[in-house]
Amino acid sequence: MPTDLKSGDAVPELRVTPDKYLPHRYAGASGDFNPIHIDPEFARQVGLPGNILHGLWMMAQVARANAQLADGDPRSLKRLSVQFRGMGFPEQELVVSGTVKEADGDRVLVDTVAAQGENRVIRNAEAVVHVP
Amino acid sequence: MAVKTEGIGKQWDPATYEVGAEKIREFANAIGASNPVHLDHEAAKAAGFHDLVAPPMFCVVYSARAMGPAILDPEIGMNLAAMLHGSQEFEWEEPVCDGDVISTTASCLEIYEKDGKGFYVFETISTNQDGEQTVKGTWTNIVRGV
Repeated sequence: MPTDLKSGDAVPELRVTPDKYLPHRYAGASGDFNPIHIDPEFARQVGLPGNILHGLWMMAQVARANAQLADGDPRSLKRLSVQFRGMGFPEQELVVSGTVKEADGDRVLVDTVAAQGENRVIRNAEAVVHVP
Repeated sequence: MAVKTEGIGKQWDPATYEVGAEKIREFANAIGASNPVHLDHEAAKAAGFHDLVAPPMFCVVYSARAMGPAILDPEIGMNLAAMLHGSQEFEWEEPVCDGDVISTTASCLEIYEKDGKGFYVFETISTNQDGEQTVKGTWTNIVRGV
């Protein structure tokens, strides 16, 4: 059955605030222990303001926001491409918002942005979601 | 200094990953994926999966093992200290569940220089124990000041 979604429709907004230790938990879960994500002192030594969120954790929030179109069904997300264009930080709210670009039958193309305040950390994210 | 391009087309040996229930739960909790199909065996089976199913982005866990040797390969010659993750794309096919054994092969698609930065594009193809493709990943890393 074709979806009711049409071009210009908004995807339900996803808001999540990673706590101070989220990067540590994501490091353990993903296996990415790069110290820029988990050691604020090391991060400052290499010129960053503090430890930064894993880009792929932020991408996972974009994936989750898009999968909401199909009640979080893990089969629904067919493709996701993102560009990492800013640094994300723990203890700041991340807001993921998306707009339907095209709807063709049960396949929906969504344009998504993830931002912390004015800082757009992921731009030009394009998702293909199967919405039954 | 220009980028080295001899590594374009190189393919590395496949890396194998055995998927387990607690790793799926740990990953789902870390990204906030609360659908019970990631946490509860029965909920996953009721939804038509053969067992607990991983969130789509779990592909980073099993394909990272194949990307490691590619990124560290001296023939590619990336300066890891100046490396940024520029962009990422995944295309998903078969879902990945508890008990699956995933094999991932990485290859180098492109290396080029633009505006004083090196662009290194890798592809990973992952398949399950039945030979079905689970995900294709395109990883673009940027190295400043090449």
